[in-house]
Amino acid sequence: MADTSFVRTEMLPEQSPPLTSVGVLGWLRANLFSNLWNTILTVISLAFIGYLLAGLIPWVFQSVWVADSLNECREVMNATWGDTHGHACWAVIRERWLQLTFGFYPSELYWRPILAFVLLFGALAPVLFPWAPRWLLYVTAAYPFLFPWLMWGGTIWAPLMVAAGLAVGYFAHKFVEPILGGLAGMIIAVLAVIVWWLFLVGPLSGVLASIIPIGLEPVESRNFGGFMLSIMIGVVAIGVSLPIGIVLALGRQSDLLIVKAICVGFIEFIRGVPLITLLFVASTLLNIFMPPGTNFDIILRVMIMVTLFAAAYMAEVIRGGLAALPKGQYEGADSLGLDYWQSQRLIIMPQALKISIPGIVSTFIGIFKDTTLVSIIGLLDPLGLSNAIRADAAWNGIYWELFAFIAFLFFIFCFGMSRYSMYLERRLRTDHR
Amino acid sequence: MVEHTHETMVDREIDRSHMQVSDEVAIQITDMNKWYGSFHVLRDIDLTVNRGERIVICGPSGSGKSTLIRCINALEEHQAGSIEVNGTALTSDLKNVDKVRAEVGMVFQHFNLFPHLTVMDNCTLAPIWVRKTPKKEADETAMHYLEKVKIPEQALKYPGQLSGGQQQRVAIARSLCMRPQIMLFDEPTSALDPEMIKEVLDTMISLAEDGMTMLVVTHEMGFARQVANRVIFMDQGQIVEQNEPEEFFNNPKSDRTKLFLSQILGH
Repeated sequence: MADTSFVRTEMLPEQSPPLTSVGVLGWLRANLFSNLWNTILTVISLAFIGYLLAGLIPWVFQSVWVADSLNECREVMNATWGDTHGHACWAVIRERWLQLTFGFYPSELYWRPILAFVLLFGALAPVLFPWAPRWLLYVTAAYPFLFPWLMWGGTIWAPLMVAAGLAVGYFAHKFVEPILGGLAGMIIAVLAVIVWWLFLVGPLSGVLASIIPIGLEPVESRNFGGFMLSIMIGVVAIGVSLPIGIVLALGRQSDLLIVKAICVGFIEFIRGVPLITLLFVASTLLNIFMPPGTNFDIILRVMIMVTLFAAAYMAEVIRGGLAALPKGQYEGADSLGLDYWQSQRLIIMPQALKISIPGIVSTFIGIFKDTTLVSIIGLLDPLGLSNAIRADAAWNGIYWELFAFIAFLFFIFCFGMSRYSMYLERRLRTDHR
Repeated sequence: MVEHTHETMVDREIDRSHMQVSDEVAIQITDMNKWYGSFHVLRDIDLTVNRGERIVICGPSGSGKSTLIRCINALEEHQAGSIEVNGTALTSDLKNVDKVRAEVGMVFQHFNLFPHLTVMDNCTLAPIWVRKTPKKEADETAMHYLEKVKIPEQALKYPGQLSGGQQQRVAIARSLCMRPQIMLFDEPTSALDPEMIKEVLDTMISLAEDGMTMLVVTHEMGFARQVANRVIFMDQGQIVEQNEPEEFFNNPKSDRTKLFLSQILGH
């Protein structure tokens, strides 16, 4: 029998790894040339990428920037590079980029959407980044009222009166709650806000505007277009669908039968219908149900529909996050005496939302790209404008350059969201193992 | 499954000067029954716990011992009979439930710490939101109890960075920060590696030394012998036998108890 007893008398010192497994050399070896088959694949892939770039790079960079029409572009191309189509005609972008960005927004008022866009970052910063100064939260709070005023113009009293509605709701709650209790207080507060917004904001701001006329020049919705429109609809849908989605996800898990039925019904109905259908409802059918003479802005209607659509998807994404949380988290919160809303807000949602980040951001990106569907109901988003530009005899027949430009801008926004979500996931990781 | 003897003994002398059982009733359970669907998990439970008692509940798995203590802070609902904690009856009134939960601390097998919060925030969350304690005071209390469980240096770490034993001690500190009058322990050492069990038991013993009312579901018979003043044996949803630890271990009356003890102490 072999001698199985063994005692180590000295511990082994640490050694550095072999040279071929570290540094650039090690990386190349491990990732590209680890064996014959992988080496072949690497070479083939590199050749394919090279072939693609050989076509793409001249198209993008050996291009025409100054021309008044597609024909002029082609003449320049023929004169410079011979009879090929392998070169882009960016002149159309150079001529029409303002239109692709702002639609038919009056050019002397461009400062307003630009200011709104800059303020958007100010409003988002304290929400997205912990290092942003806290006073920016005031910008965040003011932004929902400031943004429509900047975009559509009109009297300053309208957004101020809308904001005052929140104060009305607060006081209604404060006076009713001690008398009728929490739930009744909540309901009456919400009703008070709705009544205020529907029936009192219009007349009140009209009266105030006639006394103290401060305002911006109004801009009609039909002049809105381009990326400005996409970003407007996208930001509203993204910002509002998240809270609605949270409420729907919680409602779907509720023990209250009617709440649950309403939430399930809403989610399943909205998810079961194509967005285009909802947009058509927004553009045509909704007017039938409105009292005659009501002027319900088309962009606002579209925003509502896109938001509801996004919220239904959001609810399911968040429900996935809730389902992934161990039951022990609920029990831990319960056993400390936290009530339902406290445990949701402090324990459950922070974790469920963190788990759902990839799904939430996918939904955001999807909904932002879906804003291009509004061109179908006649709103001039970038794709709608590209059709309009082609309708011009000078640019008839130009496709690639417009689509490439639109794709490029969408990519910047979507890639930005994607990178942010990765940053957020890294920042929220607490299991540093 | 790690085999160990369930006899982790604590090697220090236990200070019994504060371990007195008073006449005041802390928990009164009368004729309590509970079903999961049609399965009768708890049958006619009658149990009176006086302030300062340290009760160990043992029994085979599925005997209803965890369910019993989970009923005491309404994590499980009972369907018949009554449970009164500190004079508050557990009914469907959520106000009563929240009141009882705030007064009764609970420690779980899997710790149930909040992984997105630091150890400190885990401890101060409930005092701040439920008791409305000012943050500074809550921080001081948390630090006091983290020192008591001997991990003040981990206060700013996240639970995921701690060992199992440390996490369980944080969970105990978190419960203590609510200054509970009763502590429930649901198999607090079952998910721990053997070398971490002792540190958690030590913490529990020091709690007992301070006179805390404790109900402990555990297989740690060494702990039961040294700390408990009463051991309850449950089987099939019923209390089969209860006695002082000395009598319970040396002279069990029921055959079920004898069998159970021989199985868990026999190796």
